[in-house]
Amino acid sequence: MAEVKLFRTWSSPFPLRIVWALEVKGIEYEMIYEDLSNKSSMLLQYNPVYKKVPVLLHKGKPISESLVILEYIEETWKSKTPSLLPEDPYQRAMARFGAKFGEDKILPLIWEAFIKQGKEQEEALVAVHGNMKYLEVELRGKKFLGGDAVGFADLAFGWLANLVSVFEEVTGVTFIDCEKFPLLLTWMQNFMDAPKIRDTWPPRDKLITKFRALRETLIAKEPK
Amino acid sequence: MANSSSTDVKVLGAWPSPFVIRVRIALNIKSVKYEFLEETLGSKSQLLLQSNPVYKKIPVLIHGGKSISESLIIVQYIDEVWNSGPSILHSDPYDRAIERFWAAYVDDKLFPSMKLINTAQGEEKAAIVEQAIEGLVLLEEAFQKSSKGKAFFGGDRIGFLDIAFGSMLGWLRAIEKMGGVKLLDEAKTPGLVQWAECFCADGAVKGIIPDTEKLVEFAKILVKMKGAPLGKN
Repeated sequence: MAEVKLFRTWSSPFPLRIVWALEVKGIEYEMIYEDLSNKSSMLLQYNPVYKKVPVLLHKGKPISESLVILEYIEETWKSKTPSLLPEDPYQRAMARFGAKFGEDKILPLIWEAFIKQGKEQEEALVAVHGNMKYLEVELRGKKFLGGDAVGFADLAFGWLANLVSVFEEVTGVTFIDCEKFPLLLTWMQNFMDAPKIRDTWPPRDKLITKFRALRETLIAKEPK
Repeated sequence: MANSSSTDVKVLGAWPSPFVIRVRIALNIKSVKYEFLEETLGSKSQLLLQSNPVYKKIPVLIHGGKSISESLIIVQYIDEVWNSGPSILHSDPYDRAIERFWAAYVDDKLFPSMKLINTAQGEEKAAIVEQAIEGLVLLEEAFQKSSKGKAFFGGDRIGFLDIAFGSMLGWLRAIEKMGGVKLLDEAKTPGLVQWAECFCADGAVKGIIPDTEKLVEFAKILVKMKGAPLGKN
């Protein structure tokens, strides 16, 4: 029986953060795939508050919320390199701040741009571009947000590396253009290709099909 | 880094903000002297805009010239820097995960639902109040599990989740008064009722949480200014 189990879906980017952390640190784990339209009794038992993935089960104890799980992995497997967070408290605070910034200021706006059309989509893109400038500055002189190696903030932002191009293909709109955000695009490519990360991406064609269908459903529901 | 002059540590904040309260309690626990720079309601100082250009919000901790924002991140920073003082987070990684989970729950679910009580009316209000109480019942269960019979979520001493949730008690009481509702009560959340008393009486907390009346008056001013009773910090 595996000591570490991860509840995930095939497509959700949040459990992928945990896959990356476990892979990068070389921790053995078992994946349990959930169908969110038919949640297992185990998932409901282990995450009764949110009933969502990811859930990490370690020696039978469950942990939920992806950023909380990342901190747990870092603290539990302290001796397993690479470290996801720096030693210095100020640098750690900056990495945590970066992750929170992504959750608050980038992710919801990219999602908004994806599920909307016309003026609303434009407004979401303008807003997210304003926020992305901070990322572009942060990436100056660095391969990854964590420095030479992938770190906490990279794992938090990693979803950008594959989902943005999926969203661009489905909507036919450029979300991140290479003139304004050259460093961000380079980072996305570096992350996409990083060792231990590059083999974890869900199949692109399946993602396009899924998100195309999801967008159509959501747009159809919009009040006219 | 056990000692610092008070000019070395500054907190940009405002007395009503529960997020600012978190930072002040954490610094008190570590016996760190700091300069409190109060922001004026309705305007943002140059220092705030400079030190938190991303969110432009309080609290900001400025330590040795470096700025840190986001209250829960600041509290963890304080715990890590002043590590010779009493610990704020648990030492065990699993216990830390549990307290981080519930602290995020307070920010993502509980406090937002509490704030909605002020503007809601009739059936909608009743539904929101019920939702807030359900959340408090979840926290009651979490309290029973993590306190293990002691006074606080952190055990014998105030810890991370005590700070995250306890900082909200001033507004919780104000919302109860303004809304004519009871959120914490002996029947559904007996442990938390007791905990709230212990928390507010603690040396690190005394004098930091504003009186209910002051907050009610402040809420009225906010409504006049913005048309909304509570801003988010």
